Amino acid sequence: MASAAARWNHVWVGTETGILKGVNLQRKQAVNFTAAGQPRREEAVSALCWGAGGETQILVGCADRTVKHFSTEEGIFQGQRHCPGGEGTFRGLAQADGTLITCVDSGILRVWREDDKEASSDPLLELRVGPGVCRMRQDPAHPHVVATGGKENALKVWDLQGSEEPVFRAKNVRNDWLDLRVPIWDQDIHFLPGSQKLVTCTGYHQVRVYDPASPQRRPVLETNYGDYPLTAMTLTPGGNSVIVGNTHGQLAEIDFRQGRLLGCLKGLAGSVRGLQCHPSKPLLASCGLDRVLRVHRIQNPRGLEHKVYLKSQLNCVLLSGRDNWEDEPQEPQEPNKVRSEDTETDELWASLEAAAKRKLPDLKQTQGALQTKRRKKRPGSTSP
Amino acid sequence: MAKSGNKSGGSGKKSLKRKAATEELQESAVAEHEATESGVQPPKTAAFPPGFSISEIKNKQRRHLMFTRWKQQQRKEKLAAKKRLKKEREALGDKAPPKPIPKTIDNQRVYDETIVDPNDEEVAYDEATDEFASYFNRQTSPKILITTSDRPHGRTVRLCEQLSTVIPNSHVYYRRGLALKKIIPQCISRDFTDLIVVNEDRKTPNGLILSHLPNGPTAHFKMSSVRLRKEIKRRGKDPTEHIPEIILNNFTTRLGHSVGRMFASLFPHNPQFIGRQVATFHNQRDYIFFRFHRYIFKSEKKVGIQELGPCFTLKLRSLQKGTFDSKYGEYEWIHKPREMDTSRRKFHL
Repeated sequence: MASAAARWNHVWVGTETGILKGVNLQRKQAVNFTAAGQPRREEAVSALCWGAGGETQILVGCADRTVKHFSTEEGIFQGQRHCPGGEGTFRGLAQADGTLITCVDSGILRVWREDDKEASSDPLLELRVGPGVCRMRQDPAHPHVVATGGKENALKVWDLQGSEEPVFRAKNVRNDWLDLRVPIWDQDIHFLPGSQKLVTCTGYHQVRVYDPASPQRRPVLETNYGDYPLTAMTLTPGGNSVIVGNTHGQLAEIDFRQGRLLGCLKGLAGSVRGLQCHPSKPLLASCGLDRVLRVHRIQNPRGLEHKVYLKSQLNCVLLSGRDNWEDEPQEPQEPNKVRSEDTETDELWASLEAAAKRKLPDLKQTQGALQTKRRKKRPGSTSP
Repeated sequence: MAKSGNKSGGSGKKSLKRKAATEELQESAVAEHEATESGVQPPKTAAFPPGFSISEIKNKQRRHLMFTRWKQQQRKEKLAAKKRLKKEREALGDKAPPKPIPKTIDNQRVYDETIVDPNDEEVAYDEATDEFASYFNRQTSPKILITTSDRPHGRTVRLCEQLSTVIPNSHVYYRRGLALKKIIPQCISRDFTDLIVVNEDRKTPNGLILSHLPNGPTAHFKMSSVRLRKEIKRRGKDPTEHIPEIILNNFTTRLGHSVGRMFASLFPHNPQFIGRQVATFHNQRDYIFFRFHRYIFKSEKKVGIQELGPCFTLKLRSLQKGTFDSKYGEYEWIHKPREMDTSRRKFHL
């Protein structure tokens, strides 16, 4: 039953103990899913992304360099493939036209064929991006364009169908006022929709906007927030700002057109590991090392909506982008149950009518209403 | 007019009830005056207008007087109520309802969802594979390095010396202006498992950094009420070399569990009961009290204890994942006073 209702989970979270948790905010339930039935720290989830075909499949990248396929329809892990090469964990996972793109810490970016069987262990394409990669992000508008960045590894935009050289290679900013080189540590990258621009947040608490279309390779805009490394970033549905989180659990919304701080969100007590905004609603899901998943409302009014304690340290979050958040649609996957209930209630109706004709007729009406209400409210799944 | 009327009314009420007048001469004068004036109809009830309160009297002495009188009366009524209740309880005997439990802040603690359930498998797995797993699996035994902030004063130095007698297998080293980030790799290469740094401010120790070494969490505490051995009254003789037992009280939440495990990993696994020494870390309302005692069982149920060793109070400020790196490290938990201290009944450890 829990697995059947897995598709209605609003948020999917990956933990350090290898468990994938599906959280349903309407029913306030969290369900654990593991590939092997037992949590394993070697399988710590380091990257999560949606698979092919809408939001029915999730690709889970684990620390032991395997990518597992999880089906939200059925709520089980369907298969896995081992992606060897390079060292370190996955820093980016993406899916494009039947291929799987992975990037590891040591800078090996590989494109794998998405077969059902992991027969071919040779990648279709391999690129060396440079050591110390912190993030690889795919452009949602152009699935074959990816951007990578990391510690002392400047931002590079790669076209996987093009040449082996990056399409755009960012240049470091000028030396600071003491004439010292400014260190580079790109922690998170996002592509801005509607243009070629990219936004990055760094471990030296800077937020930068790059524009490959402009002749300058240096950032077009740079702002600072806080004193601590920014670890995660997400774009807001409005399209003008980003929300960043740092290692102290501070969340801030920064307008990247003016470089201005719009506001902060409070509540987190630990380092922010994952952030994601809903594409249309003003909701933000955040997860971190304090083992709590929080969903904030970004505007009117700004504040905390949901808070769920999940017992392991959370690494990455995936927020479902669907619109029918509130309504739980009638599940057509249980036709048998509905039909049997119908026959039962028909019998009940018959017995009721016989009894009620003698007594008050309006009682039957209210009883009927109650019956229907009870039928609708019956929950599908049990608690974890 | 109103004032004098009130005064007389008030004094009238009181003078009728009280026989022993402990008031000022003014009071008695007014009372006599009032009695002579309206001897026919002494007012039995107070002629206060409704909505009158003692705080509206402008004369400070008079106001104070009225207040003390009111207070005495309240006390009397309270005592009478208590006596009455006691009599009723005695009268009922066995059938008396149980005594109501007084509310304390610990009783009224807000329900914390992170309180660990002992049967929880996920948390059990998390703890079995965390950074302290090697200690709890008896694969490593603790070796502690104790140091201070730069240029320590006498009190801090003596605290470190006393701490090294309390914690077995610990070594005190002077911090000669060395950076912690440089000390840590050297400690790891010399097989140290924990690093304790006592921070000092204005000649008194006020902070403690406890870092578990290979790659473990670093806890930063605020230290207060430090009492060295000579300041402890009625203490026993100095602690011996026996390995003490440990008591960890009240570490119930997930964060509390992590901190408790951190303290436990400072001491070796095999306590020597011959030594009869015990180190206690007692958590109450997010303050951790450290005490070191020697106990002796006088009978099956009676124990005598002597306090030895230093004692201090700790409050957790932050728990950082990884070894000490306050600038670029990732924090598991930070104390944020304006967000977390809004309720007096909510505790985190």
